[in-house]
Amino acid sequence: MGDFDLAEEAVQEAFVVAIERWPRDGIPDNPGAWITTTARNRAIDRLRRERVGATKAEDANRLQELGAMADDEMHEIPDERLRLIFTCCHPALAADARVALTLRTVGGLSTREISRAFLTPEPTIAQRLVRAKRKIRQSGIPYRVPPRELLEERLAGVLSVLYLIFNEGYSATSGELIRSDLCEEAIWLARVVDRLLPEQPEVLGLLSLMLLQHSRRAARVDDVGDLVLLDDQDRSRWDQDMIDEGLATLDNAVALRSAGTYQLQAAIAALHARAPRPEDTDWPEIAGLYTALAARNPSPVVRLNRAVAIVMADGPGAGLPLVDELATELDGYHLFHATRADLLRRLGRRDEADDAYRRALDLATNPAERRFLEGRLAEA
Amino acid sequence: MLYALLIYGDEADVDATPDGMNAMVDQYRDYEGWLADRGVKRGAEALYPTDQATTMRVRGEEAMTTDGPFAETKEQLGGFYLIECDHLDDALEAARMCPGSRRGAVEVRPVVDFAQFEGGP
Repeated sequence: MGDFDLAEEAVQEAFVVAIERWPRDGIPDNPGAWITTTARNRAIDRLRRERVGATKAEDANRLQELGAMADDEMHEIPDERLRLIFTCCHPALAADARVALTLRTVGGLSTREISRAFLTPEPTIAQRLVRAKRKIRQSGIPYRVPPRELLEERLAGVLSVLYLIFNEGYSATSGELIRSDLCEEAIWLARVVDRLLPEQPEVLGLLSLMLLQHSRRAARVDDVGDLVLLDDQDRSRWDQDMIDEGLATLDNAVALRSAGTYQLQAAIAALHARAPRPEDTDWPEIAGLYTALAARNPSPVVRLNRAVAIVMADGPGAGLPLVDELATELDGYHLFHATRADLLRRLGRRDEADDAYRRALDLATNPAERRFLEGRLAEA
Repeated sequence: MLYALLIYGDEADVDATPDGMNAMVDQYRDYEGWLADRGVKRGAEALYPTDQATTMRVRGEEAMTTDGPFAETKEQLGGFYLIECDHLDDALEAARMCPGSRRGAVEVRPVVDFAQFEGGP
């Protein structure tokens, strides 16, 4: 370990500077990074002042350690991150602005990545961010963790934001298919929220869901970086410790006896995690859980997943009409066309399948997903 | 920061009987007490209904005076409070406590601080 106190003090100093400066100059584009950078600069300043009798080599080492530590230290100050999250998720901001702002400032995503996570054009997101920041400044939205009486009420918005961060990591816009850092960030944030607000079934539900999904990360991509479907994954590469934690977390959530959408999704992921082989998966149970989920949240993506589960339980013929119902709402979503293509292929409707694969390829931006779709198209 | 709490409601729904008016006065008296405990009130006025409104528009050199409110809406501005709070959450709490938010809606608007502008008044 390096100089723990020094790093801690430097980070605190950075927060003091932030508190002085942000109301005056506005919140910077990426406050998390800003604080880390400022903390590092302050610590380096201090080391220079204190450099009496130390050799240059020693200094260089300490400075290097400090660079790494300032990042670690950030993760030891949950309030600071939470303050930022709750500010970005304030109900005085439009729901879509809350999500965009949190992804941008806390998650550090680019507007392009956010636009894909939202299925929304990039300029729309950029404008949303500008408006949200102006409202924070002009309407006096406080930079703080809400007091306990407001905390629960504001939690639902925070959880949806965390899950979007996770999903951006789970299926990244460009480059490698899984950006583990984003997934781990979302998991870490959920743990922090759980510590701050214990025994909340949906916080536990979301944490369980993310753990169970992330446990499959090593098996989701093959040696050349291509997507591997659930059926084809080497289940011995699933992270068993993470699965165990996810299942235990779900048990804790369910014991609180208040169902919610994250718990339902975690229960679905748990059924996958418990199946030693793909053919052991309890698809009728999963289809039932998706039906319960769609009743609470009838979003097109949930309905698409429900259709897929029904396909797995009852065959492609049973699912295709349910998928086709979503054609208008999900026309801009590559996974809709990829799913439809797969059903048509399995029903032997090769020409229609190829059209759907081409449409999915038009929309997919991730290279690994693109390779997968091109592979399917080439099978013809 | 200074905030205006703009109280909107359907004038047609107001209970204008003596009992109804007394009940409303009681509710606002309680609210005034709540505001006084926090020392946040900087001003407040109640407005007569919009049938008492007269609207003025000047176009070019021509003044146009019309009977009635600026816009016909289902809910009308019935009054306002000016409150001083540290931040929006406290202003929203004051709006939540305001009797007007139960009947209609209370719009919270930050008041422009002209001191922030160079050469402002």
